[in-house]
Amino acid sequence: MQKSTWTFLVGALVIFVVTQALISVGILNDFWYTIIRIGAVMGIVSLGLNLIYGFNGQFSLGQWGFYAIGAYSAADVTYRWTNLHSANGMTVLLVVILFGGAVIIGTGKILSHTPNMDALSQFAIYLVAIIAAVFAGVYVGQAIANPVTGALSALPADVSLQIVFFISVLLAGCLAAEISFIFGLPVLTLGSDYFGIATLGFTVIVKVLLDNSDTMFGFAEMKGARGMIGIPHVTTWAWVFVFLMLVIVITRNLLQSSYGRAIVSVREDEIAAKAMGIDIAFYKTLTFVIGSLYAGLAGGLYAHINGFLHPSTFDFIASFNPLIVVVFGGLGSVTGTVFAAFTWALFLEGVLRLFLPQGFENWRFVVYPFLLLLIMLLRPKGLLGDFEIPYLREVAPALRPKKIEAKEENAPVGNTPPPSPEITVGSEEPKATSEG
Amino acid sequence: MTTPPETISTKTTGSLDRGRGRPVVLDMQGMTKFFGGLRAVSNFDLTLYKGDLIGLIGPNGAGKTTVFNMITGIYVPTSGKITFNGQEIIGVAPHLINQMGIARTFQNIRLFPNLTVLDNVRIAYHPHAGYGLLDGILHNAKYSAKDRELTEQTQEFLSVFNLQDRQNEIAKNLPYGEQRRLEIARALAAEPSVLLLDEPAAGMNPNESHALMDLIHFIRERFSLTILLIEHQMRVVMGICEWITVMDFGEVIARGDPQAIQTNPRVVEAYLGRGASALSEKYKKK
Repeated sequence: MQKSTWTFLVGALVIFVVTQALISVGILNDFWYTIIRIGAVMGIVSLGLNLIYGFNGQFSLGQWGFYAIGAYSAADVTYRWTNLHSANGMTVLLVVILFGGAVIIGTGKILSHTPNMDALSQFAIYLVAIIAAVFAGVYVGQAIANPVTGALSALPADVSLQIVFFISVLLAGCLAAEISFIFGLPVLTLGSDYFGIATLGFTVIVKVLLDNSDTMFGFAEMKGARGMIGIPHVTTWAWVFVFLMLVIVITRNLLQSSYGRAIVSVREDEIAAKAMGIDIAFYKTLTFVIGSLYAGLAGGLYAHINGFLHPSTFDFIASFNPLIVVVFGGLGSVTGTVFAAFTWALFLEGVLRLFLPQGFENWRFVVYPFLLLLIMLLRPKGLLGDFEIPYLREVAPALRPKKIEAKEENAPVGNTPPPSPEITVGSEEPKATSEG
Repeated sequence: MTTPPETISTKTTGSLDRGRGRPVVLDMQGMTKFFGGLRAVSNFDLTLYKGDLIGLIGPNGAGKTTVFNMITGIYVPTSGKITFNGQEIIGVAPHLINQMGIARTFQNIRLFPNLTVLDNVRIAYHPHAGYGLLDGILHNAKYSAKDRELTEQTQEFLSVFNLQDRQNEIAKNLPYGEQRRLEIARALAAEPSVLLLDEPAAGMNPNESHALMDLIHFIRERFSLTILLIEHQMRVVMGICEWITVMDFGEVIARGDPQAIQTNPRVVEAYLGRGASALSEKYKKK
């Protein structure tokens, strides 16, 4: 492993241990403990948005909607486990997601034979297939619920709750990812600004559906606009930290692979990317799905911090929060996003709430935008600009002149004949930039 | 889709059997493109034989770039036929056309401006990355081996274009001539068999365009390319092209070797107007 990797791992471990110690000793009270966890959750959501907006160039306001989907779906799973002593929430969601994934892959394979189909027809076909998968999934999920409940009940209560929680968070991420795939099919064909509006619409739809979750969908435990209570408090610092690290490493690895470069090329110039053989529709969808997966995971974690969910948390005004974090931290900077997410939580929810006099808490929405404005004027490229810690920075390997010379000597083997005299002329061309 | 017979004789001048013995690489027949009521290109025919270096010239708005966009799949022709190595390519997605072996550069340079020189070219190698998405996310052994191979290949490739010392430079910070060179390098990274160059010498001074002509000759030999070139600088076109097609108002008005094109009255008329054409005729007679 490289030195930067070790530094990153050791640094992460130190941060984790120190914070955990401060929490255990009680120096960080419940108030700050909540804020730190919310900061980490925000970091995960914002990394997803940074992938979509910062690296792939698609201006999305839908991140908050996927966050809401993740939160409510994970909360429902654990609620059913702790309060109704049934794993049916988990099994149904699991089977629905498995069936849904299988259907998406299968339909994709079938549709690849008809390459010229327009996005809306594809969307319609996927939608029909998915609805069928959901019905089948609910049926099968209910059928296997009882044995799973029995098996999990055999474990100690604490252990089974942690298992159910972990699975629920993963499922929340997958659910958000699958929904984003379906939603992204027609919407990602839109140009950037229109895409922003459409995704904003998505967030609004999700919020309204959550307001009516009890009456329209029969999820009585979600209690619609009254807010969902009774969710177990399972999200600890350790859980959010593990997920945050996971998301950072996945993001970093993705971006440093050829696939990541293809994603960035779509942001840089769509037409040039197309002309270089990059399937831009695929990479837009891929990024959107991964970004939404992160949002779903974060939602699942968020739901178990306070044990309370209310649709107003997922209001479309709040959907600007991750956007602010991403722009504030620096578009296209992973370090900046994580840093800004913690700053956002500590500052907006923590410092300002404490320092403003009693009864003036809501003035933080006056102070905060003002400070944001100042910082954007002073540092338009974000707080950290394009700074990355060494682990996240990609360093191009140095040239190895010896090897190239060797290749050139045995020209017939490697297809690298010595550069012709013409090219030497080319290299001696004046370096002066001309106007054109 | 038939051309009026009287125009054929005036259109083609020069040797008619230029493609003898070489396979047809790219063949366009009766290509027509309407934008609403506007006829951008009408009845465009052109055949590229292996190893050709053909110039496509014409006044601004003649439809030259539209032809490129139709070949590369950005526009779908209203009617007509394009075959590449015998395969119909109308309606094929642009990225697939590129992967089949048709690469292009753009009139106003379209690099990936905020990425390094190395990344600009590495992206063009992406369809041949040789590892899956999951390998990339896990950074497993397959990823390490293949990605290193890909990077080394890119670096070697950059050195062919004398850009190896610039690999960590951000593309938009390069001097103009090098940006052009990088764009051509990027187009060639995926080892295409046909290269479409859209005004590569635009905005270049005489020295730079001279170097460009050398570069075009070099890559043509080095990568055994078939090249179709749009250019306004007559020095470049007349200097390197073996065969020229002239367009005006979406129609082909002349074809021939550079010598024949320079004296063709219809070409002179298209560029300079009817009066100039008459004048040049008079001049010739004298």
